[in-house]
Amino acid sequence: MGAGHAHRLYRHGHSPVHGLPAHAKLVAVFCFVIVVVSTPREAMWAFGVYALLLAAVARAALVPAGFLLKRLLIEVPFVAFAVLMPFVAQGERVDVLGVSLSVNGLWGAWNVLAKGTLGVAASVLLASTTELRELLLGLQRLKLPPLLVQIASFMIRYGDVITDEMRRMRIARDSRGFEARGVRQWGVLAKSAGALFIRSYERGERVHLAMVSRGYAGAMPVIDEVTASRTQWTYALALPSAALLVCLLGWTL
Amino acid sequence: MTATPSLEVAGLAFAYPDGHQALFGVDFRVARGERVALLGPNGAGKTTLVLHLNGILTAGAGTVTVAGLPVGKKHMAEIRRKVGIVFQDPDDQLFMPTVREDVAFGPAAAGMRGPELEARVVKALSLVGMAEFADRPPHHLSFGQRRRVAVATVLAMEPEILVLDEPSSNLDPASRRELADILRSLDVTVLMVTHDLPYAMELCPRALILSDGTIAADGPTGELLADDELMSAHRLELPFGFDPKTAKARSQGISG
Amino acid sequence: MHVPDGFINAPVSAAAGLVAAGAVAVSLKGARRELDERTAPLAGLVAAFIFAVQMLNFPVAAGTSGHLLGGALAAILVGPFTGVLCVSVVLLMQGVLFADGGLTALGVNIADMAIVTTVVAYLVFRGLVKVLPRGRRAITVASFVAALLSVPAAAIAFTLLYAVGGTTDVSLDKVAVAMVGVHVLIGIGEAAITALTVGAVIAVRPDLVYGARGLARPLKLRVGGELVDARGAAEPAAAARSHRKVWLAGLATSLVLAGVVSFYASSNPDGLEKVAQDKGIDEKTKDHATADSPLADYGVKDITDARVSVGLAGVIGVGATVVAGSAVFWAVRRRRTTDVSPVTLPEAGAGPEAGAGPEAGVAPKPAAPKTP
Repeated sequence: MGAGHAHRLYRHGHSPVHGLPAHAKLVAVFCFVIVVVSTPREAMWAFGVYALLLAAVARAALVPAGFLLKRLLIEVPFVAFAVLMPFVAQGERVDVLGVSLSVNGLWGAWNVLAKGTLGVAASVLLASTTELRELLLGLQRLKLPPLLVQIASFMIRYGDVITDEMRRMRIARDSRGFEARGVRQWGVLAKSAGALFIRSYERGERVHLAMVSRGYAGAMPVIDEVTASRTQWTYALALPSAALLVCLLGWTL
Repeated sequence: MTATPSLEVAGLAFAYPDGHQALFGVDFRVARGERVALLGPNGAGKTTLVLHLNGILTAGAGTVTVAGLPVGKKHMAEIRRKVGIVFQDPDDQLFMPTVREDVAFGPAAAGMRGPELEARVVKALSLVGMAEFADRPPHHLSFGQRRRVAVATVLAMEPEILVLDEPSSNLDPASRRELADILRSLDVTVLMVTHDLPYAMELCPRALILSDGTIAADGPTGELLADDELMSAHRLELPFGFDPKTAKARSQGISG
Repeated sequence: MHVPDGFINAPVSAAAGLVAAGAVAVSLKGARRELDERTAPLAGLVAAFIFAVQMLNFPVAAGTSGHLLGGALAAILVGPFTGVLCVSVVLLMQGVLFADGGLTALGVNIADMAIVTTVVAYLVFRGLVKVLPRGRRAITVASFVAALLSVPAAAIAFTLLYAVGGTTDVSLDKVAVAMVGVHVLIGIGEAAITALTVGAVIAVRPDLVYGARGLARPLKLRVGGELVDARGAAEPAAAARSHRKVWLAGLATSLVLAGVVSFYASSNPDGLEKVAQDKGIDEKTKDHATADSPLADYGVKDITDARVSVGLAGVIGVGATVVAGSAVFWAVRRRRTTDVSPVTLPEAGAGPEAGAGPEAGVAPKPAAPKTP
């Protein structure tokens, strides 16, 4: 159970980006995304510059491009949605290679794709350079209500338990020739969900009792205080500041 | 017994919310420094009883008193510091990324910081002979080592009474003996919940039998184990070839 | 249904963010009542569970797949306030760790998937539990319906948000039909999983189901061979039952109302005309490239979809009425019980179960105002 708290997204390393305190990184990513989203969609060049900025961060963090691109696949459902837009949106239409497309839809698709991709890339960079536990402590330092932090930390702890149980149950199912193919298999899956819940809960309950027995009262004791120095803040905020500059140019040009 | 006993349980009864009743009025006391075994078959209510000792379960009726403090909302933090429970599965007990952080968890939750905390951790780990493993992740240790770390996590809180739930389960013979040596060397009150009768015999001069949610017998461990009728009435069986009479002499020889 | 960055415009995202923050603040307050030392990790588990089960994609029609939203499950297992917190945490962590759903769209996502689902599901659930005969089966049935309604409700909320702040002008009808259509199907899956999960939990650990706290049987302790009644075990059954007529009447009224509404809706020619028109466009689309897309698919089956959406209007009408009624009733009862509970609660040494939940029937007197 005490499984390593390195999550699948995390990429171990000792880069300057890894070294920044989690709360500074959280603030930086959040500001960056806000700036990106508020950029006018017509300023196409601005998004190119944003991408370059992220690429620079990825380089500094020693995160290989392949790793980053693979993680970007999570976006695929949105891409599917965006690709549809030019077909279904209304208004002025334009012919591209003999297909009638909505101009507005094209802009919409571009808007969602560009901003969504940049947002995902920024989050992926954050997650791949920050350990889960640090991330939680970062949220705690950013004054996220303790109850939320508590739920989140339990969630992550139980996450291991659940995936473990889930894997075991899937192996048991598969080894008896089960294959989820359609509606008829829903029943089996749903029943697994019920059993999964009980199994995970009872396992997690024992862990919680052990914690409570040692004086746990809702908040993880902070064993080492981490504070961000002024220089660290400056480094972290370099990304959103640069982005803000680009954004302002985008509005004025 | 004039001094305040470490633990006093009186008239304890408890039923789970689903209606299943586990305890039907449990009475016993454990004096300071005693090592007592709590014996009973599976399902006798042993673990339920343990969870009452530090107020995780609240008694339906009756009281639990630890070193003179009644277990209840008012003294909960104090009670949890005084009663150190080592759970059956060390994997449930160890949840921090490194052994050091795990052992530090309890004292840190009580507000301890800095060098004082570090000293406490080192002391607890050396008591169980695991000091050199402080920076390892718990799940990379062997089962026996994990159990010892689990004991250390509790010792770090310097408890008044150490409660062990099935300490010998799943241990190979060598780890079993090592743990016994550690437990014997500690200077604390011990309540050991087990159905491993030879282990109880080896470590605890006195034993209680919990059966059907009440204390069915209380006496010197050797005498209880030698009483065939009592043992079979409560579904307790000695392992093949184990004779409490000869074992008793041997264990007294060791401890005396 | 996770909304990415830039999909909803900034003002609406910000407004949704404010709503979400407000709701989370209220929930934080409310959750203190729902959670005690033993149930706190349950909230974490529910969050983790929702996280995990959202990965358990189940096949819906035409090659698409859907996942649970989890709001109903959370509300029933840990209570509505904690439920909102759980789903919000899941969305936050998905946004931060897996980049699933944009960070600036977090407010939109929370408003839609955490608040709407949880609130709708819980109110429907409470309403049904009041009406149905007491027992475990009733809880399971109520969970099913609550989950079933919560998903299309979220889809409707999404559509509304989109109507106000969508950055592309896909016609609203199309978004509505596609979203609601797909999510009725997903809702069935969600309902099945929620009901089975709640059913499984209630069979093994009824103490874990927040929504079933009223079901706890009075405790008896046998001390020294005699039967002794546990303290604090009231007889909640009678009180709850006396309100059942009111609830039944309310449900009947709302059914009639819903029938009228849906009749009116289906006889409205504008709606049908519009759908027919959309159908033309969509068929053209299908000819081109997007054979597998859910939108195209739903375009082709427009006639049935029209019926589905009309029928759905009825169902949601009932839901909404039950919801509104429950909200008033619940608020009134809540206020009455909070005055009493501080006196009775600390005394209940009988454990967290017996009379602890304010719902357990601490208010034996019928609440005075019934319906507005």
